[in-house]
Amino acid sequence: MPEKTFILQSSPHFRDKDSVPKIMYAVLISLIPAFLASLYFFRLRALFLLLSCVLACLITEALFLKLRKKALHPLWDGSAILTGVLLAMTLPPSFPIASAIIGAVVAIALGKQVFGGLGYNIFNPALVGRAFLQAAFPVAMTTWIPPVTLKIDTVTFATPLAGLKFQNAVALGTLTSLKDLFWGNIGGCLGETSAIALLLGGLYLLFRRVIDWRIPLAILLSLSAFTGVFWIANPGKYASPLFHLLAGGLLLGALFMATDLVTTPVVPLATWIYALGIGFLVGLIRLFGGYPEGVMYSILIMNAFVPLLSHNIRPRILGQRRK
Amino acid sequence: MANKSFPRGVHPPELKEMTADMALEVMPPPERVSILLLQHFGKPAEPLVQKGEEVYLGQKIGEARTLFSAPVHSSVSGKVLSVDDHSHPAGNPCLAITISNNGQDRALQKEGRKDPFSLSADEIRQLIREAGVVGLGGAAFPTAVKLSPPKDKPIDTLIINGCECEPMLTADYRLMLETPEDILKGAELARIASGAKKIIIGIEDNKKEAFRLFRKILGASSPIPSDSNSEKASSTEIALLKTKYPQGAEKNLIFALLRREVPRGGLPFDVGVVVQNVGTVKAIWEAANTGKPLYEKALTVTGNGIKNPKNLVVRIGTPFQKVIDFCGGLADEANLLVMGGPMMGLAQWTLEVPVVKGTSGILAWQTPRPQPEHACIRCGRCVEHCPMGLIPTQLAKYVQFNNLAEAEKWGVLDCVECGCCQYSCPSKIPLVHWIRLGKNKVAALKRKKSS
Repeated sequence: MPEKTFILQSSPHFRDKDSVPKIMYAVLISLIPAFLASLYFFRLRALFLLLSCVLACLITEALFLKLRKKALHPLWDGSAILTGVLLAMTLPPSFPIASAIIGAVVAIALGKQVFGGLGYNIFNPALVGRAFLQAAFPVAMTTWIPPVTLKIDTVTFATPLAGLKFQNAVALGTLTSLKDLFWGNIGGCLGETSAIALLLGGLYLLFRRVIDWRIPLAILLSLSAFTGVFWIANPGKYASPLFHLLAGGLLLGALFMATDLVTTPVVPLATWIYALGIGFLVGLIRLFGGYPEGVMYSILIMNAFVPLLSHNIRPRILGQRRK
Repeated sequence: MANKSFPRGVHPPELKEMTADMALEVMPPPERVSILLLQHFGKPAEPLVQKGEEVYLGQKIGEARTLFSAPVHSSVSGKVLSVDDHSHPAGNPCLAITISNNGQDRALQKEGRKDPFSLSADEIRQLIREAGVVGLGGAAFPTAVKLSPPKDKPIDTLIINGCECEPMLTADYRLMLETPEDILKGAELARIASGAKKIIIGIEDNKKEAFRLFRKILGASSPIPSDSNSEKASSTEIALLKTKYPQGAEKNLIFALLRREVPRGGLPFDVGVVVQNVGTVKAIWEAANTGKPLYEKALTVTGNGIKNPKNLVVRIGTPFQKVIDFCGGLADEANLLVMGGPMMGLAQWTLEVPVVKGTSGILAWQTPRPQPEHACIRCGRCVEHCPMGLIPTQLAKYVQFNNLAEAEKWGVLDCVECGCCQYSCPSKIPLVHWIRLGKNKVAALKRKKSS
């Protein structure tokens, strides 16, 4: 009988079952309600945009892995697919497919692979792609079509936030109702319109402990505080915090983009600062900036602060003297 | 009231049900034992016997020549076959005395002993040292040293560690259920030796039965004679702790029970505490009461790679092979053999290694092939679970890039290697391995600087 051989490994010998692919696929699963909502409101356009973004992301990722002479298995860790889905979610339904593909290539190439691939990027890749498109195709990125469910025969249509910013909607009383914001019967990016669908997915992620609860909570708190002060001071001019929470890309951003594991701090105190900063910046841009919406830039700006926060904020080691 | 606990940590599957209800069984001594001369933290003992010599059961065969050392004793009576290098469960071969057992268990008759409770602190420490008692929780730190607080650091509390927070292990639980009075008496001796005022016994809430038993005994009448040498004000408390890993890690246990933090790089002495494992204080009592040195050990043999899991009392020096044979042998699919618990235990490559004083378990199971390692996705779970408040992923990166100054600054030496970070890492990064490497490198650097 041959002698029995054993595996030699260093402790611990138990491992939790969760893994990187499982986490990525959990996020994809959590986006299903929002995707179904976009199918319902924008029909096949949603499907085509999503498919082309995902495919372009996967192909770009594969090319880079090949060029960098890396194994191809990270292709299926779900992260490239997720970048594609998130990018598509942030595009206007009428956005040209060819341009969307350019955005997807940029997201993976400049947003992720130039930094060294998964885990090393500083900025949320999907938002890097979107920021590029915003600069390259400013008109297409701000042209909105109404959801088919509204049965309005117009070519363009204002988003609730654009109505607030450019059409003096609060004073005129034409501000989109909270009910429409909640269900998603409004204009906007593919994945951002239906608050209920996003909340369902977000709850799943919180329950599954994939995302840090501090991030959505802190964004919600600081945005509410910021917009709330102005609303209380002058409700005839400013929209309520609840409107700001439900409108635009806030929920999509707070639940699915700002919570991206790679580009957020790992230390709780730093996470609080990072997320409070996002909510504050969103409020600042929406109320006083040139754009009606500020979620994308707020997240990207705070992403840039993460290395600084991580370098300076460390947890207190057990037994460390309190300063 | 919620049970006491510490922040962070993990809750791995407990897997204690296989052996929790099995009484400790005394394994018959094997035909030969190999007593390693290094079974403790510190310097190896030096052999006192030569090949061919006859030895008694319990005879001192290795002497501790320095403070941080402990003597070793023969666990059988018989003839010394060899004094030679032998495989050691910690990896590096070490000098061992191999003795063939004559089956008679002949011990030297000890002359009349004093009542243990009439001994002074010094006498107790001397007795503990002579009996070769070391910390039986796993770290095997010489107990006499641990009970010798420096003059400027008065001890007020002795904590008896009955947490057994490692999954799968149940031997300490059985000791608490089967010999609670020995544990209480040994604890009292340890208290006298350390100069502590009170004793707290900490037990995790998955061992409620042991908790109830202790409470019953303490509630009825103290097993410790009231005319003992002890300071009369002594009191024994029993505390229920949340079942969470690593509840039994010394610094976390002290925090959970007393809300005191051992300073970085410090010892429990610094906060007036001494911690002793339940098995250790039982060994102290046996040494004081009957003069029996530490030559056998309660341990758990379990895992789905072991045909008949058991809790055993095993003679030190018994080869793992014999222990496993006594438990029905290994299942064919077993591919991992571990000494200790699954979180901090040492993987073994051979069944030749003998049981040492620090062996708290012998585990075997089938482990899946290691999953591919992914890059760190900065999920922060290692930070969320680190009981010491470290950033394991960052420390691992410092070590990978050989940035030892930063690694030290951010606490690589504070790591207790409990494994919570690696357990929870979804990228399957061997974080503890990297940190351990960093600790070794930093320690080597320090030695170089000081020499």
